[in-house]
Amino acid sequence: MKKLTLALAASAAVLFAAGGAFAADKAKACFIYVGPIGDFGWSYQHHQGALEMQKNLGGEEKVEIAYLESVPEGADAERAIERFARSGCNIIFTTSFGYMDATNAVAAKFPDVKFEHATGFKRDTPNVATYNSKFHEGRYVQGVIAAKMSKAGVAGYIASFPIPEVVMGINSFVLGAQSVNPDFKVKVVWANTWFDPGKEADAAKALLDQGVDIITQHTDSTAPMQVAHERGVKAFGQASDMIKFGPETQLTSIVDNWGPYYTERVKAVMDGSWKQVDVWGGMKEGHVVMAPYTNMPDDVKKLAEETEAKIKGGFNPFTGPIKKQDGSEWLAAGATAQDGELLGLNFYVQGVDDQLPKQ
Amino acid sequence: MRLELAKRPQHSKLFSALSPFIAFVLTVIAGAVLFALLGKSPGAALYAYFITPLTDLWSLHELAIKAAPLILIGVGLAVCYLSNNWNIGAEGQFVMGAVVGAMLPILYPGLQQSPLALPVMLLMGALGGAAYAAIPAFLKARFNTNEILTSLMLVYVAQLFLDWLVRGPWRDPAAMNFPQAPRFTGYAVLPELLPASGRANIGILFALVAAVLLWVLLTRTKKGFEIRVIGMSPRAGRFAGFSTRGAIFFSFLLSGALAGLAGISEVSGAIGRLQPSISPGYGFAAIIVAFLGRLNPLGIVAAGVVLALTYLGGEVAQIEVGVSDKVVRAFQGLLLFFVLACDTLIHYRIRFVPSERPAAVLPEAKSDA
Repeated sequence: MKKLTLALAASAAVLFAAGGAFAADKAKACFIYVGPIGDFGWSYQHHQGALEMQKNLGGEEKVEIAYLESVPEGADAERAIERFARSGCNIIFTTSFGYMDATNAVAAKFPDVKFEHATGFKRDTPNVATYNSKFHEGRYVQGVIAAKMSKAGVAGYIASFPIPEVVMGINSFVLGAQSVNPDFKVKVVWANTWFDPGKEADAAKALLDQGVDIITQHTDSTAPMQVAHERGVKAFGQASDMIKFGPETQLTSIVDNWGPYYTERVKAVMDGSWKQVDVWGGMKEGHVVMAPYTNMPDDVKKLAEETEAKIKGGFNPFTGPIKKQDGSEWLAAGATAQDGELLGLNFYVQGVDDQLPKQ
Repeated sequence: MRLELAKRPQHSKLFSALSPFIAFVLTVIAGAVLFALLGKSPGAALYAYFITPLTDLWSLHELAIKAAPLILIGVGLAVCYLSNNWNIGAEGQFVMGAVVGAMLPILYPGLQQSPLALPVMLLMGALGGAAYAAIPAFLKARFNTNEILTSLMLVYVAQLFLDWLVRGPWRDPAAMNFPQAPRFTGYAVLPELLPASGRANIGILFALVAAVLLWVLLTRTKKGFEIRVIGMSPRAGRFAGFSTRGAIFFSFLLSGALAGLAGISEVSGAIGRLQPSISPGYGFAAIIVAFLGRLNPLGIVAAGVVLALTYLGGEVAQIEVGVSDKVVRAFQGLLLFFVLACDTLIHYRIRFVPSERPAAVLPEAKSDA
């Protein structure tokens, strides 16, 4: 028992010594993830971005990284964020929508710490910034590829939750597909989860049984890719390049590339230029990157590359004429959707074979 | 050779009392080995896990927030389990309590300005949880349905119902179509205990009061005696004139009401609004808490605090020592394993039963065959 006490006291001393040493010349960036960093999807990519940021800014000498995985989006989030704020973090990235209230509550108590909340819209105090990516730009390219590759003219879409971002992605995918084949349809299955390989695989099987011959997903596991491989159809990856899970299956994948943004923001903290922002970056800014176009004929690949170039050049996938699901007009020819409208999107465009929950 | 657990004729009072401490020491040793194998300093990791969360006032507040629902649900479940009613659906009753209690601030936002709002909400929450627990109780009393299955299945129904509410009819119009209900305001918010030092709310008081009341009920009243007798032997209970059905309803409604109260306290306190997920599995973790506390309400208070500490300590260990989330959970599992193993060995001993030898070696066995 005596030895244990000694060990505890010694380690405590080491701990406090280490705690005092960095503050002056080293920044500490902290990350809260909603899933495990091994999900090969959303949280994995945020962590990759964090590691890239650390490398860009001079490695462990200059930037210390700390993170918490699988933090539930409820009362636990506020405690986790506050623990970070008190442990000497200079900037804290909270990487899921459900952390919005908690992030703002803690930020109000720690004005000297910077907070960055992904996918939210609340910035109650000047030390809170929000950021997100235009993933739907990538989905438009996927739609173009899907319409070229599908014989049935129907794609299966595994969706997570009916929030604006997901609805936006479905619409963008359909619009991309319809730019090639105006009659293209999409069937949607709501998995009601961001990460559950079992449910996602079941959703993929259900869609394939309904006659779709291409699979795309807005959930984070690699399970749908693996089901598509077993059934011999093509699929799109999500969040990260999933090519090693479907070397003959993946057409491309939307890669969430957070590295450049994290580098920019932590650097701003280090040189004192950090300011509140609301960033919504897309392909042009390098926040959304397409994985290599594989398993497709050269003409499809060429069209995909052209579409990607067009979006990088400023083309908005939501450019009229676009009709809503019920046939009424949404955008007139040539009109484009405003960012504000997209960020609260709660209806489908024509060609989506599904109903959204009503308010 | 095989191992058998044989019941001890009588168990040592001394070791019963020491068991939690022995379990703790074993956990610390096993944890130290685990952390050392991972190349982390065992001392630093254990300090982060068990001590750091207790060194800050704000962190003690967080401990109270985390322990309150575990204790409140756990003491209710203890009554259920003592009476041999296996309510596994406290998670669902927690959610339904939150939903029913939240009807007042969401459907009648104006009432949040009245000081009566909170007591009414808490009452509605408890009634909501009790009503939801009445379903498996009725099915068991009337049709002899297995309450483990029905109460568990109703958890998913409650969770999906809440999910539908916050995405559909109860969605906050100001939330940009994101799934959350409007924030509670005014008197609908559970008051904080000591706002100067942290955000703990009066939920922890509900938990402590409930624990003391149930301890009195179980140890000092005829009702408590009745519950124990029926739990140990329903037949003996019937001879004594106790109603088995009565015990089913009593224990289910009581544990449902406490789970519901925990649910409405959580959303009006720590979270502040209804959202798709309001519990990281409190209803299930409370089952562990109930057994860790040996189904004794006062033991459950201690067990709830210990389990809450392992959540907080796990985060500190991740942040300060850099061990992964998975290791933290494995360590939590070790703690539970040792506690339950020690308790088991107090009541049972391990007996080595030699396997049957080949017949040739034991001639006398031959004649039997």
